[in-house]
Amino acid sequence: MAHPAVMQPPAQAEPGAGVYNEKLGMWVFLGSEVMFFTALIGAYIILRFAQPGAWALPGQILNVPVTAVNTFLLICSSVTMVKAFAAIQEGDQRMLRVWLLATVIIGATFVSVQVFEYMQLAHEGFLPGGYVAGSHLAEVAESGVAYKGGPALPESVGLYGSTFYTMTGFHGFHVTMGVLSMIFVTVKAYRGGYTAQDHRGVEVIGLYWHFVDLVWIILFTIVYLI
Amino acid sequence: MEPKPHAKHPPYVGIWVALAVLTMLEIGVAFFQGWPKQLIIILLVALALWKALLVALYYMHLRFEGNRLRILAIAPLPLAVILVIAVITEYVW
Repeated sequence: MAHPAVMQPPAQAEPGAGVYNEKLGMWVFLGSEVMFFTALIGAYIILRFAQPGAWALPGQILNVPVTAVNTFLLICSSVTMVKAFAAIQEGDQRMLRVWLLATVIIGATFVSVQVFEYMQLAHEGFLPGGYVAGSHLAEVAESGVAYKGGPALPESVGLYGSTFYTMTGFHGFHVTMGVLSMIFVTVKAYRGGYTAQDHRGVEVIGLYWHFVDLVWIILFTIVYLI
Repeated sequence: MEPKPHAKHPPYVGIWVALAVLTMLEIGVAFFQGWPKQLIIILLVALALWKALLVALYYMHLRFEGNRLRILAIAPLPLAVILVIAVITEYVW
């Protein structure tokens, strides 16, 4: 029983926004996530305005082709997720499991590729604190010669590194949490936990997953392409 | 309240194709040499917003939800815009 200091609901059930509680809760959570990522993006924009010379051109340091493939993977995982939702709406248990499993595999692949990207960048000498002394990128920056079809690399990329790893790292953390949650939903689906009449868990995790995809669409553009 | 099955599903695969094509277009625009940098940035942001809108409207089903949920979903966006504009003013004015 709740503490008397907390007001009890005046009625047994209220219509709310016309949606079930879990979905309403997820949308409120996503609203807070919008503000979280806006704070990161806002900080990134002001730092880029303040220190325009601290950023390399697209593709000079970051691996755009690999990330473009990863972006495509995340888009694919969104369509598999929504197909899982469509399948259970029609009561198709087999396709629900197939599409959910595909989403888990593609989501895990996205995270793996991001880890690979981080390892490659660290190997070349690009870390949150900037160049690693004596690394390939540090030597290229010190030489002051044109690099990969663009101008010379910035002398210092501490801001670039810290904002890049913060934004993509937090996004990667969200994807990882999404994959873990999706595994839970998939296991429940294999146990027959969802029906055509009640598949709230599938819709709610789908909303989170599509939001993570949506955030990546914005991040990919402003971090990798601009 | 029980979820209501949709009579007909939105064109999920069509949206996926559109997202893939827009992503390829973005990469092409980002590395195109002939245009001013400002124009490229505007185009890239417009393409990203277009993609985000497609995901929100069709995959998150905002196009098919009621007005109260739509209001709940878009409520943070003006605040997000205010936050970004507020920090940009430091370097614009």
